[in-house]
Amino acid sequence: MIRLDSLTKVFDTPKGAVVAADHISMEVPAGEICILLGPSGCGKTTTLKMINRIVRPTSGKVFINGDDTTGMDTQTLRRNIGYVIQQIGLFPNMTIEENITVVPRLLGWDKARYRERARELMAMIALEPDAFLKRYPSELSGGQQQRIGVARALAADPPVMLMDEPFGAIDPINRAVIQDEFLKMQQALNKTIMFVSHDIDEAIKMGDRIAIFREGRLVQYDTPDDLLTAPKDAFVESFLGEDRALKRLNLVKVREIVSDEIGSVTPSDTLETALARIDDFGYSNAILMVNDKRQPAGIVSRSVARTTKGYCRDHFQSVPAAVHLDDDLRKVASLMFAHDITWLPCVDDDGRVCGQITQRAITSHLGSRYRARQAADATAAKE
Amino acid sequence: MPIQSMKGALRALLLVAVFAAGVWSHSSGLIDDFLWHLPDVQYLAVEHLWLTAISGSLAIGVAIPLGILLSRPSMARWAESLMQVLNVGTTIPTLAVLALSMSFLGIGTVPAIFGLFVATLLPIARNTYAGLKGVSPALMEAAAGIGMSPTQRLFRVELPNALYVIFAGIRTALAINIGTVPLAFLIGAGGLGELIFTGIDLYDPVMMLSGAIPTALLAILVDALIATIAFFIVPRGVNPARQ
Repeated sequence: MIRLDSLTKVFDTPKGAVVAADHISMEVPAGEICILLGPSGCGKTTTLKMINRIVRPTSGKVFINGDDTTGMDTQTLRRNIGYVIQQIGLFPNMTIEENITVVPRLLGWDKARYRERARELMAMIALEPDAFLKRYPSELSGGQQQRIGVARALAADPPVMLMDEPFGAIDPINRAVIQDEFLKMQQALNKTIMFVSHDIDEAIKMGDRIAIFREGRLVQYDTPDDLLTAPKDAFVESFLGEDRALKRLNLVKVREIVSDEIGSVTPSDTLETALARIDDFGYSNAILMVNDKRQPAGIVSRSVARTTKGYCRDHFQSVPAAVHLDDDLRKVASLMFAHDITWLPCVDDDGRVCGQITQRAITSHLGSRYRARQAADATAAKE
Repeated sequence: MPIQSMKGALRALLLVAVFAAGVWSHSSGLIDDFLWHLPDVQYLAVEHLWLTAISGSLAIGVAIPLGILLSRPSMARWAESLMQVLNVGTTIPTLAVLALSMSFLGIGTVPAIFGLFVATLLPIARNTYAGLKGVSPALMEAAAGIGMSPTQRLFRVELPNALYVIFAGIRTALAINIGTVPLAFLIGAGGLGELIFTGIDLYDPVMMLSGAIPTALLAILVDALIATIAFFIVPRGVNPARQ
């Protein structure tokens, strides 16, 4: 857990005092990722760097796991906080192994223990230890270097990590891969993480909570979903963008709004049965056909069922797409738009059909939060 | 391949020329003239190297700590102006430095070593300072952020990363040093300058060259020696010669 209590930084510049961070108070619960987000010069980086005293706070306190860090020795404090920076900052004079084991060596671990730890960390970041440990940072790609940067920060297993735009300098494709890897690692590690970013999409993807900064002040601190549905003011609204409702698509999994009611036919059913089912379920143009393992096998369209006689197995079209329960709604919406369809079958881990998702369900889910909010606002206005 | 064959022809021509020069110098007695100076050359070269070794190691011993000191954040306010003073110092001709040193310390080895020391000090201090200041701020922030103390940062991050530049300074400085030692003869310190200046005074080109050529060879030799040391001491990851 990280708690900031009225943390303030005033820089003395020739033009006068500049308040870079103004009484920032917030708490990141243990095991959560908190993204500090805002335009450049908003104080997010200053706030992050005050936690490990790269920037000395003018006033205010930092608590880590409930302990006030004010009286703590700077070196000890920093060795217990993982630190990852955008420029990566691997030491070019050291091998990858030496880089990763810097903190354990500072802490005086014995050789066998830190060498073992280096191999463990390499496995964690999915780089082959034998191929990489003896190489130098300059021989690695940017993405590999930042993985090493993360491994170095994790080496002594600190409870808390600070990350300053860690994936900012990596190309978009590798960035997405590293973000996914990192989230997977975090599920196992459960670190308390403060993470500076200026990329709203990264924030929504990575953050359990997002803190929006503006001109040295903490404007809003909420979960991504609450932030997107209820931006506090015009600044937050404009920062999140006009498509913020669409951004919520990233946050919702198919599993949450899937309807398990789905009509289907089997290849051995007649087209008459198909037509009857289409009408029973109220579908407007087609019905899903599944094989004996309940996997999607095709669709039978209403027009064919009405005008033709015979069995479904002879008169079906291929299934345009199916989505998995753990896919997010962004993918679903994209598939629907791509295939010009309003519903998609949903499958489980074995590829078996377990329900459907409709465009209507998506829009109504996205809208429900707004409607609830409007209702609340209306009640508040009445009172 | 016309270019290849031209290169081959040139090489052959060069070999013939060198051989012809050898034959001529032997038949004209030039080689015997040079050999006549050999015992002097041997004795004076050792003296020459001693002067370089003493003044050079004193300079390295003072300049590197000085450069480190100037690069510390606490010195930031004065460092740049002090570096300017050192830069002005480098522009003073070494002969003038020797003359000045003679006027304070008299004639002999001690003022010569002092003059050489001053001339050698500056490039090393300057490169040490520049090398340390050149270590990327991101690296320094990473080192601080993971909990290295200022001393650990200096020895584990700053110095290893600046070492290549520091060695470049040492190479330049020692080359200057060896080239300046002949001037030290003028204030009575010995070295190969004895043959060079006496040769000039006596209009004896063979004597002069017996001093000049070994001086040049020594400079090249010492430079190669330092380069070899740098090759093995500078960590592989920051050593352009090993990548």
